Order: sequence, then structure tokens, then C-alpha cells
Amino acid sequence: MTVQRRERYAPWALLVLVLIVWELLCRGFGVSEFVFPAPSAIAAKLVEQGPLIAAHAWRTFWVTMVGFALSIVVGTLLGFLVGSSRLAYAAMYPLMTGFNALPKAAFVPILVVWFGIGVGPAVLTAFLISFFPITVNIATGLATLEPELEDVLRVLGARRWDVLVKVGLPRAMPYFYASLKVAITLAFVGTTVSEMTAANEGIGYLLISAGSSMQMGLAFAGLVVVGAMAMAMYELFAWIEQRTTAWAHRGTHGG
Amino acid sequence: MNFVEFQEVWLAYNDELLAKQQFAVEDITLAVDRGEFVAIVGPSGCGKSTFMKLATGLRRPSKGTVLVDGREVAGPLKITGMAFQSSSLLPWRTTLANVLLPLEIVEPHRSQFRAQRAMYEEKGRKLLQSVGLGGYEDKFPWQLSGGMQQRASICRALIHEPKMLLLDEPFGALDAFTREELWCILRDLHAAQRFNVILVTHDLREAVFLADTVYVMSRSPGRIVAKKAIALPRPRELELTYSKEFTDIVLELREHIGAIRRPLTSSTGAAELAS
Repeated sequence: MTVQRRERYAPWALLVLVLIVWELLCRGFGVSEFVFPAPSAIAAKLVEQGPLIAAHAWRTFWVTMVGFALSIVVGTLLGFLVGSSRLAYAAMYPLMTGFNALPKAAFVPILVVWFGIGVGPAVLTAFLISFFPITVNIATGLATLEPELEDVLRVLGARRWDVLVKVGLPRAMPYFYASLKVAITLAFVGTTVSEMTAANEGIGYLLISAGSSMQMGLAFAGLVVVGAMAMAMYELFAWIEQRTTAWAHRGTHGG
Repeated sequence: MNFVEFQEVWLAYNDELLAKQQFAVEDITLAVDRGEFVAIVGPSGCGKSTFMKLATGLRRPSKGTVLVDGREVAGPLKITGMAFQSSSLLPWRTTLANVLLPLEIVEPHRSQFRAQRAMYEEKGRKLLQSVGLGGYEDKFPWQLSGGMQQRASICRALIHEPKMLLLDEPFGALDAFTREELWCILRDLHAAQRFNVILVTHDLREAVFLADTVYVMSRSPGRIVAKKAIALPRPRELELTYSKEFTDIVLELREHIGAIRRPLTSSTGAAELAS
């Protein structure tokens, strides 16, 4: 097998290995399904409760996508503002870092007071938790401009806007895609956390209700589904990144 | 008539330094003819790059005046093109698209760029061919060697047909052979188009080989300590750089920059050789 193919299959091989070890441990020690279900039990639950899980998963998925879309728009605009002006950078960066340090789960009760139980808090939690990496990455991409290149363009009469559009934005694109990969997984975390306390639908709600009725198989099945969705979206953005900003990854396939 | 004129130009980078009377360049007076190739040499930190910023209008002098083409320089001068030691090509643009970048910014090309794109691309390809980059137009900069990138960078500086080309140690990061190759390319471009060149360098051979006039600057404060007209006939070939008259000029300029370190006294020198 070539090195490339080996690298390609490595994560799947590891996954299978982990599942086998898990299964063997559960069977070998006779662990009760109410404590820690084996992969086979989780798979069985996934099939058995398929329609129920799918309905909750779909809810979590679209709520996350709405929150994520919001954070792309707001995150990009904020990043543009912060990255294009030194004053804005100085003024906003410390505040934003402070905000980012707050646990977003703590916002959920407040959001419930404002928006009630349901979609509102989930969308906003997904947004709050995922816009920061986008903003930081766009701002960094815009702020790192070689002084020589700026001179070359300024002497031609380039305005700030020209430099931003011709150089800053394209330069920020790899950072932007990298941040999307981080942000989408965070957005799923935000939605799930919010659904756990403030919703009657979604994977978060499913986890809580399954847990409280000791249906550990179902709870784990929910976890598997939310993990799979986040991975799938991550891979999607990784793929888009490869297609659109190949120039930034030239080292990886021998340019 | 003089194309570029510096009249007792002083520059301090900010008000604080001005108050302390610390200038990056001091009392620079010089005059450059139309089409003249000028080289400015000096040790690092002597204000060579500052000189470039003054000549392009990116910096206004603290004292004195800079005149280009008979008018005082009051802001960025669009009739100039610049290239630096780092080629600073944009990695997401092809070589050709990089060369065309100035046309997307500078008027009058900017407003006609979309409509006349084919014409401009043709022009860009011709220019790239003239520096030996034919066939590489659609490659990305990171697929080119350092010398090729630098040629593309010079093409980018020339695409809008500037009257003045400013080069800040453009060949500083290249190996000796590539550097000599690019000297010849620059020599030929200058011979064909007769634009003004101000070349900032710390390579004396480069300066003497290429320039009509060499100015030597001293270390901080930056002052011009010597002016030397290079009377060698054009076109100059690379062999010239090994001739006696050439090396004499280089040595003469070298002495202006600072005393060349003499070998240690004969006894210690001999001891070092023995060990």
C-alpha cells in the first residue's frame, strides 16, 4: 500500500479498532447496558429508534445551520472591521477576547427569558459560540500585509479599499476556511447544549430525556449522530477549502 | 532639464525624532537627468530605502524639496514603479495576473481594464517574454524559482510604463549567477525603454555595472558622501566586470564607504597562517 493510501485509511482503521476493543471490553467484563452500552447495542438502538433519532437530528442540524449562517455573516463583518482598522482592532479585540472567555452555556437561561423555549436560544447559542474564530481569522488575514506590497500599491494611488479587496480578502480566505472548520463543530456544541435545557426537540433534548429514563443506548446513539453530523460538515468545509485556496496548501501535495 | 531633483532634503520619520534632530537622511542634494540610471550604495541602515520613499512621494521631506519632472512631489507618484528584495507576488494569482495587478489600480488603465483585458494580457505576456519568462505566464509564483519571481516582480513594476523605476536591493536575495543574469535583463530593459532608474543596493559591482551615476551614502545619518559618474561605454557586457578599469572604480567607491579592514600586523598574521 502506498503511503498516501495508508494515510487515507488510517482514521477508519483506528475507528474500527476502537469499536472492537470497546465491544470486547463491554462483553468481557459483562458491563450492563444501563451503564455503558457496547457499540453493537448502540447500533441496534440507532436502527430501532431510527425515525425518532432522525427527527431530532434534523432539528439539531437546521438549527445549527441557521446559527452558523448567522455567525458567518456577523463574524465576517466584525473581522473585516477589526482587521481593516488599527483603531477598531485596539478597541474591540480585548473586549471580544473577554466575551469569548465566557461559557456560552451560561447564556442559555438568559436567552430563554428573552426568547422562550425552542429555536431562539439554540440558534443564538450556536451563533455566540462560533462567530469568534471566524472574526479572529478574518482579522488576522487582513492585518498581515507585507509593507513592500503596500508601498507598491500605494504609489499607484491605491485606496484602502483596493488594497483590502485585491490583497487583504484573498489573503484572508485560507484563514476564513480554517475558521469555518472550527466554527461548525463549535456550532453543533452550542445547539446541543442549549437544547439540553431549553428545547423540546433536538438531539440535546433527546440526550436529556434518554438519560433521565436510563436509556443509555439511545443517549449514546444521539451522541454518535451529532458527532457524525459535525464530522460531515467539517469534511465538507475542508473539501471546499482545498478546492478554492489550493495555493495556500501547496506544501502538502508538492507544488 | 533634470527629471529628479532633491534640494537640501532632510527627513525625520516622526515629530519626536524631528524634535531630537535625528534625521534618517540629511541634506541630500542631487539632480538626475531624464533616462539616467542612478545607483545609490551604502552600508545597511544608511537611509537608502528612505531615499526611495522620498522619491516616490510615499514620504514628504521634513525640510527641503523633491522635484520630479519639474513639479514638487506632494503625494504618491503614479509614474513610478517599484520592486523590492522580496518579490511579494500574490500566491493566488498567476504570474501574468500578478504582473497585471497595477493596471487594475492605476488610472487610466483601471477604468478600461475589463473592456481591454485581452489587449492588456497581450502586453503582459510580451513583457514577460522579454525577460525570459515566456511559457511561465500561467504558472503560479510559487512554482517559479527565486530569480524568476524577481523578474516577474520587475515586470509588475514596469507594466504601466512608468517613467521612473525604483528598485530596492531587488537582487539581494539571489545567488551570484542569477543576479548577474538579471543585471543583463535590467540593462536591456533600460536600454530599450529609457526610463529613469533609481537602484538602491549594497553591491558595488552591481551599481558600477548598471548605473550612469553612483551615489555613495554614509551610515546614519544618511548623507551623500560621494558622487561618481561611470564613464564606461554602453552596452556593457559582463566580461567588463573583470577588467582593471571596472575594479578600479569599484575599489574607489569602496574606500568612500569606510576603511577596508587591513590584515592584522604581519607577525600575528603569520602566526594565524601557521596555526
